[in-house]
Amino acid sequence: MSQQTNGISIAAAVKDTIIAGLLALIVFGPVVGVLLDGYEFNLRAGDVASIVAVVMAGRFALSVFSQTEFGKAFLYRQSTKDDGVVVTAPDYKSKMRFIIPLVIVIGLIAPFIASKYVLTIVILGLIYVLLGLGLNIVVGLAGLLDLGFVGFYAIGAYGLALGYENLGLGFWSMLPLAAIMAAISGAILGFPVLRMHGDYLAIVTLGFGEIIRLVLTNWTEFTHGPNGVSAPLPTLFGLEFKRRSKEGTPFHEFFGLPYDSAYKYIFIYLILFLVVLAVLYVKHRLTRMPIGRAWEALREDEIACRSLGLNHVLVKLSAFMLGASTGGLAGVFFATYQGFVNPSSFTFFESALILAIVVLGGMGSTVGVVIAAFVLTVLPEMLREFADYRVLMFGILMVVMMIWKPRGLVRVTRTGFATRKGTVK
Amino acid sequence: MTTLLEFKDVDVHYGPIQALKKVSLDVKEGEIATMIGSNGAGKSTLLMSIFGQPRISSGQIIYRGEDISQKSAHYVASNGLAQSPEGRRIFPGMSVEENLLMGTIPIGMEHCDEDMQRMFELFPRLKERRNQRASTMSGGEQQMLAIARALMSRPKLLLLDEPSLGLAPIIVKQIFKILEDVASTGMTIFLVEQNANHALKLADRGYVMVNGEIRLTGTGEELLVNPEVREAYLGGH
Repeated sequence: MSQQTNGISIAAAVKDTIIAGLLALIVFGPVVGVLLDGYEFNLRAGDVASIVAVVMAGRFALSVFSQTEFGKAFLYRQSTKDDGVVVTAPDYKSKMRFIIPLVIVIGLIAPFIASKYVLTIVILGLIYVLLGLGLNIVVGLAGLLDLGFVGFYAIGAYGLALGYENLGLGFWSMLPLAAIMAAISGAILGFPVLRMHGDYLAIVTLGFGEIIRLVLTNWTEFTHGPNGVSAPLPTLFGLEFKRRSKEGTPFHEFFGLPYDSAYKYIFIYLILFLVVLAVLYVKHRLTRMPIGRAWEALREDEIACRSLGLNHVLVKLSAFMLGASTGGLAGVFFATYQGFVNPSSFTFFESALILAIVVLGGMGSTVGVVIAAFVLTVLPEMLREFADYRVLMFGILMVVMMIWKPRGLVRVTRTGFATRKGTVK
Repeated sequence: MTTLLEFKDVDVHYGPIQALKKVSLDVKEGEIATMIGSNGAGKSTLLMSIFGQPRISSGQIIYRGEDISQKSAHYVASNGLAQSPEGRRIFPGMSVEENLLMGTIPIGMEHCDEDMQRMFELFPRLKERRNQRASTMSGGEQQMLAIARALMSRPKLLLLDEPSLGLAPIIVKQIFKILEDVASTGMTIFLVEQNANHALKLADRGYVMVNGEIRLTGTGEELLVNPEVREAYLGGH
C-alpha cells in the first residue's frame, strides 16, 4: 500500500516512473537500440538502458517534486487556466520596480564587457523587442490581427537607406522621419480596413506586407531591386565610426583610440537600448491612459465601444499608427546595423516571427514580449547546429505554449482603477 | 413636459428588407417610455438607428431640437444619450471598475469618483465585485453593470435594450426595481422589451411594435388591459 512520508506518496511516484520508463523503452528502443550494420544489425541494449534510466530518474524526481509543498504551489501557479487579465489593487507595487534599475545598469555596462559577436546578437534581439512592442499594440492591445507588420519594418529600413542615397539624410534625421513615414503608411493601411475583423483583416494586412516587399523588389530604378541599398551608420555629433572618413575625423582618431569595428556596434547598441527604454516607458504609460483602455475595450467588444461614444476610427487608427511607427524605428536600426538592406529581409516569415513573439510573450504583456523577443532571436543563434530545424522548433514551441500557457509566457496584469491625483473629489 | 427624443416617419432598410416602416414616436423628459414587440419586430433596430447603426433611409430622429439621424455614433453618445445594448455587451476581460470607467468616455473623468460611488450605492452587488473580471459575474450582475456603465456618462436619456434578456424571473424583478429607482431620480428612460408585463407596469407610456410598424400606443395601464396586447404578449388571460 502507499507509503506516506510527509504527504509524499512514493507508490504513486514509482507508478509514474514505471509508466515513463515503458514509454521511453517504446520510443527509444527501436530508434536507439537497433543499429544497422550492412545487412546485419546490432542490438545496443546498453544505450537504451541508460536513456530509459535517465528518463525514469527524471520522472521520479518530478513526481516527488510535484508532491512537495513547494511543487504543489508551483504547479498551481502554472495551471491556472483562468483566461483574461489579472487586475491588481491600485496601490499594488510590482516587483519589477527593483528589477528595472538593475536591468538598465546591466544594459548600459554590458556592451563594454561583451564580445562583438554577443553584442550583435543582443542588438538583433533589441530590434525584435521593438518590433514586438509595435505589433503588441496592434494585435495584443487593440486585437487587430496584422500579418503584414514587416511592411512597416521595411519602410523604416528602406527609409534610412534611400533617404541617405537620394536626399543625403543621415541616421539622426531619418530616425524620426522613418517613424513618421511608417505611421503614415499605417494610417493608409488602417483606413480601408476599419470595417474589417479577424480573418479578413489578416488577409488584407498580409497583402499589404507582400505589396511593400514586391514594390521593393521590382521598382529597380528607385530601390535597386534585389541588389539592395547600403545604409549609413549613425554618427556621434558628426564623428563617423569608419576606419577612414571622407569629411572630418573618424571617431577613433578624434579620441586617439586604435580602430576597432566593435565601436560602431557599441554605439548602435547604446542608442537602441535607450530607444527601447523610451518606447517601453511610452507604452507603459499609454496602457494606463484612456487611449490604452480604449484599445483594450475595442478588442473586447467593438459594438459596446461605439455605444459608449468611443470614436472607433480614431482608436483603431491610433493603434495602427503607433504600432507602425515603432516598426519603422526598428527598421532604421536594422538597416544601420546591417549597413545594407534588400527585400529578402522582409518576407512573410519575419511577420510570422514577430507575431510569434507577441503570442509567445502574452498578448498585451510588455515584459512577456521583451522576453519572447530575446528567446526567439537569441536561441536560434545559440543553436546554430540545428539551424535546419529552427522553424520546426518554433512550431513545436508554439503548440506546447498553446496547450499549457495559452495566454503567453507572462500573464497580463493591469493595475486597478484609481483616480488621478489632482482630480476633484 | 418637453419632448426629448422624437422619431418622425423613420424608415430603415437592411438591403431590400424594410425593418422599420414610418415609425413615429416621442419620449418626453422625465418619463419612462417603453416599446414592446416580439422577436424581429424591429425594436433593436429602432434603438441602434439612433446611433446611426444602421442609418435610417428616410425620416428624422430629433433629439433636443437637433436632427441626429446622420450624426456619428460617438457624437450621439457624447451628447447625453446612453445605451445599455442588447445582450449587455460588457467588456469581459475588464474589471467592474474598469467597465464603469469606460462609461465615462463621453464626459471625461471629472465626476468619475463621485459617480462610481453613486453606482455602488445603486448596485451594492457591483461594489462587492469591483475588482472582479466582468465575465466571471452572473447574468444579472452583468446586466446591472451594463446599466451602471451607461449611467456613468450622466445621460439625459437612458436607452435600454431588453434588460431582462436571458435572466431568471427573480432577477428580472430586481432589475426592474432598480430601473424604478433610477427613474425616481428624474432620469428619462426609453425601454425596449419583450417582457411586456414588467415593462408596461413600469412605463408611463408604451408603444407596441409589430413587423416594423407601431401598432398601438397608450399609457402603460391602458396597454396592460388592452385585449390585443393581452392576447399577443401576456398569455391571453
